[in-house]
Amino acid sequence: MTTTTAVRPTPPRPAPPGKRPTGSRARAWATRAPLLPALVFLIVVTQLPFVATLVISFFDWNSLKPDQRHFTGFANYGSVFTDPALRESVLTTVLLTATVVIVSVVLGLAFALLLDRTFFGRGFVRTLLITPFLIVPVSAALLWKHALYNPEYGLFNGVLTWFGNLFGIESIAQPEWTSEMPLMAVAAALVWQWTPFMMLILLAGLQSRPAEMMEAARLDGAGPWQMFRFLTLPHLRRYLELGVLLGSVYIVQNFDAVFTITAGGLGTANLPYTVYETFYRAHEYGLASAVGVVVVIGTVIIATFALRVVSSLFREEASRA
Amino acid sequence: MSASTAAPNRTRATSKAPAPTARARRRTTVLGLTAWAVGIVFCLPALWMVLTSFHSEADAATNPPSLAASLTLDGYRTFFGGGGGPTPWPPLVNSLTASLFSTLLVLLLALPAAYALSIRRVSKWTDVMFFFLSTKMLPVVAGLLPIYLFAKNTGLLDNIWLLVLLYTSMNLPIAVWMMQSFLADVPVSIIEAAQVDGAKLPTVLGRVVAPVAAPGIAATALICFIFSWNELLFARVLTGVVAGTAPVHLTTFVTSQGLFLAQLCAASVVVSLPVLIAGYAAQDKLVQGLSLGAVK
Repeated sequence: MTTTTAVRPTPPRPAPPGKRPTGSRARAWATRAPLLPALVFLIVVTQLPFVATLVISFFDWNSLKPDQRHFTGFANYGSVFTDPALRESVLTTVLLTATVVIVSVVLGLAFALLLDRTFFGRGFVRTLLITPFLIVPVSAALLWKHALYNPEYGLFNGVLTWFGNLFGIESIAQPEWTSEMPLMAVAAALVWQWTPFMMLILLAGLQSRPAEMMEAARLDGAGPWQMFRFLTLPHLRRYLELGVLLGSVYIVQNFDAVFTITAGGLGTANLPYTVYETFYRAHEYGLASAVGVVVVIGTVIIATFALRVVSSLFREEASRA
Repeated sequence: MSASTAAPNRTRATSKAPAPTARARRRTTVLGLTAWAVGIVFCLPALWMVLTSFHSEADAATNPPSLAASLTLDGYRTFFGGGGGPTPWPPLVNSLTASLFSTLLVLLLALPAAYALSIRRVSKWTDVMFFFLSTKMLPVVAGLLPIYLFAKNTGLLDNIWLLVLLYTSMNLPIAVWMMQSFLADVPVSIIEAAQVDGAKLPTVLGRVVAPVAAPGIAATALICFIFSWNELLFARVLTGVVAGTAPVHLTTFVTSQGLFLAQLCAASVVVSLPVLIAGYAAQDKLVQGLSLGAVK
């Protein structure tokens, strides 16, 4: 009930339309009109709920004990940073995001370099490399959990047995992937899905290198490594930044892989999963909202950098056009 | 398998200086083969998924894996309710409804907005663009609980149309950014020329703008479709038996089965098929959509 009332207060204003003395106001509104439905829709559906989350985060509110709901100030935020389980999920989120982003950027760069030349079947290889990104995330997570990681009949241990038989090793290791290295198991599945994303961005970066510059360097006798180190890498810098930042924004929010592969167990619960768990299972609405707000603050920090990179690329495009 | 083990040795054969053509050609061949090997190894889990989906349950669960086992459609038959289990049609129809209608709604809202941001620009249009983008940076969990409570109090819980609205808001910023960059590609001169010739706005949009921007609009629609189809968190929290989507169905049907690997792979193939088709179709514009129009 309170949410509906909490939702009502005035929405945060969108970027106010500029007041330039351009003739009649009616004309200006006619120009703005096509923009309004989309703006209003987004504000109502994305900004208002967040305002409500902010309000709820200041309440001690468990939906199983609705009459004990009361205002607690910053107590929920205190719990977020003192509760060891919640603090661990902050750490898990950072670790998981960093691992996935770094590994997939490095792999993506290697793949992009391989694709940045003509060879027989290039289009087909590109399609092969994009495919993991086009598997529905839940399917991919289930595939890794059951068909690859399963200790008895998963592909990984199956291949190990195979090698064992090949080289006559009787008792080759058969690790329980998801319980012995849970976080790495989740990370590997995510790397598999996100490497194509990085590859596509970096490939676009490679292909936007000025051809004359590369040719001139080659004629001056620069070797492949020198060309990569002093021409390609500096040119790719902003594409790398973009990949890292957008990847971080998406992966910080990941829910599917954690939910499916380990169900948040064994220290793999990241913040989005913890929010889900806290409100959906533990019914701690106030606490869940506080965790949600912390996620938002974290994302905003990364996103500010992301926006800066996007805007510099954007301006470059705009000035070129 | 043999290709992947052979590959690392060959990459070292790369030459340094501008080499004679024979050497350069050999280098191209070697790197081409490496790319092929990498592509196949990287895609192997997906290929394995497809292969397993055509195996019988007994053949799917062997260690070491049985590659050459006979092929069967049993996995698909069971997934589609052949064994008396629940049929996947309601979830698939729900996913289709949510994805199609939200994509339509996104286009309806984003096209006029993109027009006002590219062709007849409002003042401070870049600020508006970045406002759209900033909403995309707001994590789903930021509004999950209020949306859940709102749905509960208004009886919209387990209603597919709520997902349609949420997916629309999820994709709208991406669509506005992509579409803005596509519409900005339409030369202003031809629009002005049409107007000078006395064409009214609908004619200009339909005859001049649409043909140029059509491929971009199609790619935007495909990308929005993919994101809606993939979504799990909203669907998981806000739907139940009636409006559950295909990803939700995937997470629930696994638990109760005994031997299920072939069936699981068949299900994954079926559910991923629309995304694969849409993704391959939009391949060239995929980067632009995913980087929110920053990379062309």
